[in-house]
Amino acid sequence: METEDLLKQIREKAFKASYPDGTTYWGLSVNQVMSLEKTLAFSAKNIEIAALENGIIPERYVRNFNAFSQKDQIKLLQSTVAVVGLGGLGGGVTEILARIGIGTLILIDGDIFEDTNLNRQMLSTQLRIGTSKAVAAAERVKEINSSVTITVHKQFLDKQNAPAFLSKAHVIVDCLDNISTRFIVHDAAKKLQIPLVSSAVAGASGQLTTIFPEDGGLSLIYGESDLQASMGAEKSLGCLPHAVTFLSSMECSEVVKIILNRGSLLRNQIMLVDLDTNSFEIMHLV
Amino acid sequence: MQKTIDLKLYATLNKFSPSSPEHYPVKPGTTILSLIEKLGIPINQAKLVFINGVKCELTASLHGGERVGIFPPVGGG
Repeated sequence: METEDLLKQIREKAFKASYPDGTTYWGLSVNQVMSLEKTLAFSAKNIEIAALENGIIPERYVRNFNAFSQKDQIKLLQSTVAVVGLGGLGGGVTEILARIGIGTLILIDGDIFEDTNLNRQMLSTQLRIGTSKAVAAAERVKEINSSVTITVHKQFLDKQNAPAFLSKAHVIVDCLDNISTRFIVHDAAKKLQIPLVSSAVAGASGQLTTIFPEDGGLSLIYGESDLQASMGAEKSLGCLPHAVTFLSSMECSEVVKIILNRGSLLRNQIMLVDLDTNSFEIMHLV
Repeated sequence: MQKTIDLKLYATLNKFSPSSPEHYPVKPGTTILSLIEKLGIPINQAKLVFINGVKCELTASLHGGERVGIFPPVGGG
C-alpha cells in the first residue's frame, strides 16, 4: 500500500468537526484509525502522523489543540521516552505520556505490586498484587492509546543494562523510589547524552529537576553518589498519593517542554514542593 | 533592632521548626552550620540549603533579612 492510497483513505474517512470555541477542523476517530490499521500496511501511529501532516486531527488528540500545533503533536508521536520505575511517579507519568501521544514508551521496572503500593500507585489494583509492574504499565498504555509503541523491560535498571535499555530514548524520566539507582540512571543519561527529568517524594513534600548532559546533575542535590544513603525522608514519612501524582504531572510537563523546545525548564534548578503549606519554590542549584 | 530570617524547613525537618520560623532571630555573621546546629538538625539531613533561593555552602553566613530553606535528602516515589 502506497502512502498516496493511505492519504486517500484518510481523506475519505475524515469528517468536519468543531472545537469548543466554534472553529472547525477535520477529524479522524479512534475507530477509523483502528480500522485503517487493520486494512492497510501502516501502524496506527503512522496513520495518525500522516493525518496530522495533512491537516486532519486524530480525535484522541483534539483537546491537545490549540495548546499544541499539528507539528507539535507529530513531534510527540515521533518521540521516545523511557520511564524508569513504574510505581507511584512512573504510573502517573506513563498514564499522562500515553494520553498526550508520546509515540514510543520504554517501560522499565523489575518489581511486582504489593499491598503497600495501593495508596499511591495508579497501576496497582488489589487484583494485581504479586504481578509485574512493567506488564501492568504496558497493558494500561494499550488500553489508553494503541498507537503507542511499547518496549517493556521486566528487570530493574542496573549499571550493566542501563545503556541498552535507555539508548533509544529522547528523554528519560526518573521515577525511582531510592537514591542509589537514581545515580545509575543519571550517569547513563549523561553518557548517552540524553536529557533526564528527575523527581522524588517524601510525605507531602517533593522535588523536581531537569538535567541535560552538560549540567551539574544529581550530585548538586544529593552530594556525591558514593556518600549517599539509599533512602531519604520517605523512610519515615512515606509517600502521599496527592504529592506523588502532582510530581508525576510536573515531570511530564518538563518532558513535553524538552521535546517541543518550549517554555522554561528546571535546568540547574530544583522545584521544592510542600503541599502541607502550599509552598512551591524554585531554587537555583548553581 | 533584632535581625531575623524567614526559615522554611521541609519534610522530615519540619519537626525542627522554631515557634515563629518567619521571624527567627539570628546574630549577624551566624553561619548556616551554626544555625543548623542550633536548630538541632542532624548535619547529614541538611545537605540542601538555600539562601534567598540560591544553593549555599554550610560556611555561608547570614546577616538578617534572608529567606533560608533547608531540604533533607528525599528519594521516594
